[in-house]
Amino acid sequence: MPTAAPLSRINDFVVRFANVNGSGSASANEMFARAIMRMGIPVAPRNIFPSNIQGLPTWYEVRVSEDGHLGARGGTDLMVAMNPQTFDKDIATIEPGGYLLYDSTKPYPASKFRDDITVIGVPLTAICNREYTDPRQRQLFKNIIYIGVLTALIDMDVAVVETLIAEQYKGKDKLIAPNVKALHIGRDYAILNLAHPIGLKLHQADKVGDKIFVEGNSAAALGAVYGGATVCAWYPITPSSSLADAFTKHCAKLRVDPVTKKAKYAIVQAEDELASIGMVIGAAWNGARSFTATSGPGISLMQEFIGLAYFAEIPAVIFNVQRAGPSTGMPTRTQQCDLISCAYASHGDTKHIMVFPENPAEAFEMGAQAFDLADRLQTPVFVMLDLEIGMNHHLTRPFTWDDTKVYDRGKVMTYEDLEAGKDFGRYLDVDGDGIPYRTYPGTHPTKGSFFTRGTSRDRYAKYTEEGAPYVDNMQRLLRKFETAKDIVPKPLIANAAKPTKYGVLYFGSTAPAMDEAIHMIEGRGHTIDRMRLRGFPFHSSVNSFVADHDFIFVVEQNRDAQMRSLIVNECGIDPVRLVPILHFDGTPITARFIAKAIGDHLDQMTMKPAKVAS
Amino acid sequence: MTYLAKPKFHHPGLPKNELGYTHRDYEGTVSTLCAGCGHDSITGAIIQACFELAIEPHRVAKISGIGCSSKTPTYFLGNSHGFNSVHGRMPSVLTGANLANRDLIYLGVSGDGDSASIGLGQFAHCLRRGVNMTYIVENNGVYGLTKGQFSATADRGSKSKRGVTNTDNSIDMVAMALQLGATFVARSFSGDKEQLVPIIKAAIAHQGAAFIDVISPCVAFNNHLGSTKSFDFVREHNEAVNRLDFISTRMPIGLQQEPGTVEIVEQHDGSKLALRKLDADYEVHDRAAALGFLQHHAAKGQIVTGLLFVEKEAQDLHAHLGTVEAPLNKLEVKELCPGSAVLDQINAGLR
Repeated sequence: MPTAAPLSRINDFVVRFANVNGSGSASANEMFARAIMRMGIPVAPRNIFPSNIQGLPTWYEVRVSEDGHLGARGGTDLMVAMNPQTFDKDIATIEPGGYLLYDSTKPYPASKFRDDITVIGVPLTAICNREYTDPRQRQLFKNIIYIGVLTALIDMDVAVVETLIAEQYKGKDKLIAPNVKALHIGRDYAILNLAHPIGLKLHQADKVGDKIFVEGNSAAALGAVYGGATVCAWYPITPSSSLADAFTKHCAKLRVDPVTKKAKYAIVQAEDELASIGMVIGAAWNGARSFTATSGPGISLMQEFIGLAYFAEIPAVIFNVQRAGPSTGMPTRTQQCDLISCAYASHGDTKHIMVFPENPAEAFEMGAQAFDLADRLQTPVFVMLDLEIGMNHHLTRPFTWDDTKVYDRGKVMTYEDLEAGKDFGRYLDVDGDGIPYRTYPGTHPTKGSFFTRGTSRDRYAKYTEEGAPYVDNMQRLLRKFETAKDIVPKPLIANAAKPTKYGVLYFGSTAPAMDEAIHMIEGRGHTIDRMRLRGFPFHSSVNSFVADHDFIFVVEQNRDAQMRSLIVNECGIDPVRLVPILHFDGTPITARFIAKAIGDHLDQMTMKPAKVAS
Repeated sequence: MTYLAKPKFHHPGLPKNELGYTHRDYEGTVSTLCAGCGHDSITGAIIQACFELAIEPHRVAKISGIGCSSKTPTYFLGNSHGFNSVHGRMPSVLTGANLANRDLIYLGVSGDGDSASIGLGQFAHCLRRGVNMTYIVENNGVYGLTKGQFSATADRGSKSKRGVTNTDNSIDMVAMALQLGATFVARSFSGDKEQLVPIIKAAIAHQGAAFIDVISPCVAFNNHLGSTKSFDFVREHNEAVNRLDFISTRMPIGLQQEPGTVEIVEQHDGSKLALRKLDADYEVHDRAAALGFLQHHAAKGQIVTGLLFVEKEAQDLHAHLGTVEAPLNKLEVKELCPGSAVLDQINAGLR
């Protein structure tokens, strides 16, 4: 018997699979997560993988939470340890009272295990060797067999898994029966030989509703389709490649002319990020909605072109699926570390638009909206995703679209406008919002042509190096940035039940952990107001939110408190009032981490001096 | 006289083309390059070619990088949209523009500093993709704006104005273009407008990636003894393989053809190229032979000019991608957005 009481929980635990990269475990593990969702129980899977094709360790974590807490929690309640390389470390991460499922074909000395966990051995390799002769089958079916074992251990509805197998191999029907057989080999072994169920159990629930299960990159790419993007130029880089892949897949289904079978889109895999952003800018200059998808190193390479697009005022949409930097950093780990490199990308005085989706639903919405913003503001727009949102499946509200919506193509002068004699100055601020009118190439035989350049120019696009027109233009660009404050997605506020002196600012993939942490912080007797930032430049409500509180915690996933720097810089706020809460080890931020960091801080702030007896 | 604005006055007797435009309608602002610059002659040749082709000026998009050559799009086709992009990146901007609207004519202007150094990658990739464009490199072997450093096309052993000998091998952009799969490859000389104008016309009519290397002496920094890009050197070593007459789709063929000496090449758009062979051995449809011919003559110090290669059935990037006939930038929400009913189905597939 373990020295700690075995954990006993229903619909609220974390299972972690430790596998070897390239062993085919990913699809089996994903099926496990999907089955829980189909049982009506909210689930959050995370794929923790190396920058490698085969051989290095990989993990798949599944958080089960009937309460709908979908951020990373930290810790493991049930470890499915299938990788001898990481066996010792994996066992060390199990919570006291937790469970270990391992392949007991080769006996391990007792010293390998802990005495405060429940150890469950299944001779998986021996079973596979007995059942299968083909080495590849032995490997692949081992994954399904351990899922079968788990169905018995945690009371998973086996019919749901069978349905999923049938769906997965639809069209390759020959594979259905052997997979179902493997599932039952594992399940039957567990029923005959193991104490089951264990303390961690699933119960059918109805907490999923109409939610969908999708990766952020796929959602963002679908947003680009709905947002009217026709040109995509990209260069492969983790973790953004799957966004371009998804766009390709969506377009093949949704954007092919039914009669001519011709493509209403153009996708080019460029030679590098310099070329991909160049193509995006060329296409947008010519009036097509265009985008690229990249990550931090790509942003570094694109700096020169981004400055050109800012100064020459050309729309461009850049999906930045952030990963841990600097340099190559940790290419398969998540961070929010490109805020400053995007906000002020390129040499000279520049400022750029950013939006911060919290999950795939917002990645879809903002992925579409980014094209309206770019056209309206005639400037680059960064959609700031990260690996956590982009490459993991998330349970998220369904996508919605308003069919009455038309695209906002911004201020574009047409042939008719020019014929009517409207004064066209490419950099003329007609409306006082800092946004000038543009014309597409080829509009009119004698009117409306202009020269686009990265050099200084006057209001009529004529080259000049004189100071006054340069300053005039740079000031107008600032006015345009002011205009942007009311156009980008506004922050969302959630006030505590009673007035408080403390607030917290957060954004992007931190949202689910923050939402969960707030309950834990309240549990420690503190109240705190929340504001989730969704766009840059900051809306005026950010200034008032900070002004309304004594101290603001700024929670972010980078070392240098980059969002805090942006707030200090753009809102002119005393840095002392902004307390950084920083998580940057490459794993997704957890509610436990936030609650402890903020809770400890508030404990100190609210500590009363001990009374001294007189 | 670069500080003087061009007069708007037109001589009433100026010849007009089919569209009723005069030569002046294809001009831009006054050049700010040095008097006698080879680039200005190329500008003149582009104006002449567009005038003779009777192109509507606003249907051309002229795109360049950075440098003396990249400044020249301001000096021609004043009613066209122009884009002076960043150093060496004209090809990517042009590729994107072309994807957005396949109906315009794309004229890429670059230099040897722009295309043979920082832009070598983009030069290579836009050619191998078959972007429908005319890519002109105004090649003077030298960095002019920064005062006379060697460029990557300067020949080994040639001398700079300051007397420094170049020890690096030169890049032959024509040989590269052939190897990379450009479907129209030519070399010409800014001092030979009779050769250059029809080549530009043929390149514009070509429906694929057309590359023209134009040797264009820099009068300020590379026109001295010891340079292999000076007017004198190029005149002495110019080895023209053919002469070209361009016959547009609208013109009847009225040429006197001497059998064996004139070959008619019909391009995809219906235009025809009448090629008078100057070198009987030269075969304009044989990519591998062209490469060998070039290298053989380069070893002898000769500069081979003329139309060096043309592929009759050229295809462009749009054909490879299978894009719709309508320009992508003309598609509206109803053609692009799948709508909420489809979205409901997508949602259903994600549960």
